[in-house]
Amino acid sequence: MARRAGAPEVSAGSMADIAFLLLIFFLVTTTIETDAGLDRMLPPWEPPTDEPPIIKQKNIFTVNINRNGQLLVEDEIVEITKLREKAVAFLDNGGAPSGDPDFCNYCKGTRDGSSSDNPTKAIISLKNDRETKYSTYITVQNELVGAYNDLRNREAMRLYKKNFVDMEAEYLNPETSDEVKEELKDKVKQIQELFPQKLSEAETSSD
Amino acid sequence: MSKFAKKKDGEVPAVSTASLPDIVFMLLFFFMTVTVMKDSSLKVENILPNASEIKKLEKKDRVIYIYVGKPTKEYEKVFGKEPKIQLNDKFSDPSEVGDYILMERAKKSQELQNVLTTSLKVDKNASMGLISDIKQELRKVNALKVNYTTYEGDAFRNLQ
Repeated sequence: MARRAGAPEVSAGSMADIAFLLLIFFLVTTTIETDAGLDRMLPPWEPPTDEPPIIKQKNIFTVNINRNGQLLVEDEIVEITKLREKAVAFLDNGGAPSGDPDFCNYCKGTRDGSSSDNPTKAIISLKNDRETKYSTYITVQNELVGAYNDLRNREAMRLYKKNFVDMEAEYLNPETSDEVKEELKDKVKQIQELFPQKLSEAETSSD
Repeated sequence: MSKFAKKKDGEVPAVSTASLPDIVFMLLFFFMTVTVMKDSSLKVENILPNASEIKKLEKKDRVIYIYVGKPTKEYEKVFGKEPKIQLNDKFSDPSEVGDYILMERAKKSQELQNVLTTSLKVDKNASMGLISDIKQELRKVNALKVNYTTYEGDAFRNLQ
């Protein structure tokens, strides 16, 4: 029963427990989620001083949302599920005749003379009521962005055999290396120019 | 001689757990550095709508958050049931949004000030009137990049 000489060691056994406790506390109280959502640019505040550019009526695609969440698209009542289809048809129309400076050589639409001339000219105008529910508004926004993405995906597939949405996500990802980014930049830009997002939002109506 | 014989008592030495705290501390520091504390507690109901065509909001230091929704149960008595704007930790009017954005922008470093995004976290039951007011205010202070923050999902589920 001989005892060892010297000061007794301080037990470090409970140190792990303390550290675990801290670890669990931080795990519970912190969040690593990254948010995601629909990116939009607002128009600048300053009212344009010069004359507003004249836009042909046929190049404007009007979408009106009323307070009950019903849609009026180009003066027709349309189900929200049909909106994407309609928007794609409008953007992809390419109504300008061949030989015209506005002729669109990549459009696959119906080439209806009374609809948009060229995707670069086509403008979607969105108007909503003050009483419109936010969720309806987001659904409409989502469908319109979806229409653009569908068309851009189609062109990206044709030109680069890649999905546009994936290309853009890779381009925006901070972990992508600079060389890859540089290469993607031109491609993304080119596709964006084929179908520029021209989505104008009017001031909300109060009645 | 007997001194050495004593050590061979025949017992298996216990596995040392002395390095366990180090490992756990390493984990702890990892989590402390990569995670962000929830900076403001929500005073409004905030069930975001769903959308499918979404982009990720990278880099949290470039984002300013605005919450909109109707006040939660405990604040209902004081602030009513109408949707309200929450900036940082308090309820605000649409007219205060501009000042808030300018203040938050001034806090960021010089090179980030032009690339800030405003994340609108709006409850799906809010009405567009309030959102339009916020958008007007944002335009006035030239904070044009907005992100309607949503959950990922089928957008048509919003309509139910």
